[in-house]
Amino acid sequence: MLIKTGIPTIEDIKSVFPSEDRINKGPVAVIECYQEIPCNPCFTSCNRNAIKDFADINDKPLIEDELCNGCALCISACPGLAIMVVDGSYSENEVLIKIPYEFLPLPKEGDTVKGLNRAGEYITDVKVIKVQNPKSFDKTPIIHIAVDRKFLYDFRNIKVEEV
Amino acid sequence: MKHVDIAVIGGGPAGLCAAISGASSGAKVLLMDRSEKLGGQLIKQTHMFFGSEKQYASVRGFDIADILLDKLNEYKDNIEIMNNTNVLGLYEDGVITIERNEKYEKIKPKSIVVATGASEKVLAFPNNDLPGIYGAGAVQTLMNVYGVKPGKRVLMVGAGNIGLIVSYQLMQAGVEIAAIIDASPTIGGYLVHASKIRRMGVPILTSHTVKEAIGRDCLESAVIWKLDENWNPIDGTEQEIETDVMCISVGLSPLSELLQQAECKMKYIPELGGQTVLRNENYETSVEGIYVAGDVSGVEEASSAMVEGYLAGLCAAQKIGFKHKNYNELKEDYIKQLESLRSGPIGHHIRSGIEKVMGV
Repeated sequence: MLIKTGIPTIEDIKSVFPSEDRINKGPVAVIECYQEIPCNPCFTSCNRNAIKDFADINDKPLIEDELCNGCALCISACPGLAIMVVDGSYSENEVLIKIPYEFLPLPKEGDTVKGLNRAGEYITDVKVIKVQNPKSFDKTPIIHIAVDRKFLYDFRNIKVEEV
Repeated sequence: MKHVDIAVIGGGPAGLCAAISGASSGAKVLLMDRSEKLGGQLIKQTHMFFGSEKQYASVRGFDIADILLDKLNEYKDNIEIMNNTNVLGLYEDGVITIERNEKYEKIKPKSIVVATGASEKVLAFPNNDLPGIYGAGAVQTLMNVYGVKPGKRVLMVGAGNIGLIVSYQLMQAGVEIAAIIDASPTIGGYLVHASKIRRMGVPILTSHTVKEAIGRDCLESAVIWKLDENWNPIDGTEQEIETDVMCISVGLSPLSELLQQAECKMKYIPELGGQTVLRNENYETSVEGIYVAGDVSGVEEASSAMVEGYLAGLCAAQKIGFKHKNYNELKEDYIKQLESLRSGPIGHHIRSGIEKVMGV
């Protein structure tokens, strides 16, 4: 249970995921913000009005999936690192998942790294497609990972082995 | 004796904002801090802040310190900074005594903003004085201010925001976290912080506490055990965890000694961290002209500490005849910001604590 362990349940996860139809159309943000806390940078960072204005700053974010184009600006703006972007149009067998990753060493494009679930357990090897770390991301790099489709709801982190 | 309009004691988020606010109202401000570098705890906060744009949400803590120092600099004609300065006393006649450059000095301000912050609570268990057992704040200072790794394998005691954030930052520095434990049945910090460290593989054990620390010359391991629903330890649930650093992060208490010396009315308010000063909506205490802001007025987040600082500085200036030209609008805005930061379920205990401090 999330409030005891820090691990959301599959019901929690599915409650914030867009439909698989939407995911298969192209990149879209998934906001895993399950608790009402006073915070709204996801809204202020979104320039497509996909993440709706907060009536109360403690509200949980509300995203209109059809307006979101998966630009990923919200990923590095979120102080809780609670946002990722999923793209089910990437390939037949894989989804592309963009996650924030604030650890060194950063993986390199083309690397195979360990894919972890929300408990930090190894689930499968995954491939690093792209590493974005411009100054505007303010030290929250975004890593694009190709993940076997069957791990869509499981994958959330990577482990990079030090060489 | 040195005379100033407003003396601000403490150069953390609340004190910096109080100084900016007082100086922008036209008052001459003296800002005192015991450290070399202003910013208080902000300078070691490498994570992004929560809140809204007005409290610099999404900006990292140490960058917020720089933003506030730049703002302070805009009013440099009105602000005198005394760093490396220890405030020793705050007397009933409003005189402040300080020590700096090994000299003892006296200051007589027209009004005062006390923004001394908070100190870490300790936890009682056998051998809690072994080297290797730290307050989480000390570990964060070692690591993020001085660049020193505190050890190899950490047991974090406390799953509030500080425990969770310091654990994450330790991992960023390449230190292993054996576990995060908390006596409470639920995680006290923001769940997003918990999730981001849990998905690195760190177990978070709620309803667990420390039974004892083990080690000859320094910490070698710790025994933890489970608590039942009445917070009593359960025999037979002991686990020994190999660790060379234990971080205690079980809450903060307002650093209110100066306020007590000045005979401000105090009250024990657990929701706000312990002995807390009574105040009115302008953040003025029961002693006229003494204002408070930040954790010393009740332990909360840095976001609200900054807003409280702006509000207290504004009111402390107005009190002595320096009314900001936008006084009414600013005051209303600060009060609204504080209400909105505290309005959700997370702010429940703060709201109930504040009800008890109001009305002097």
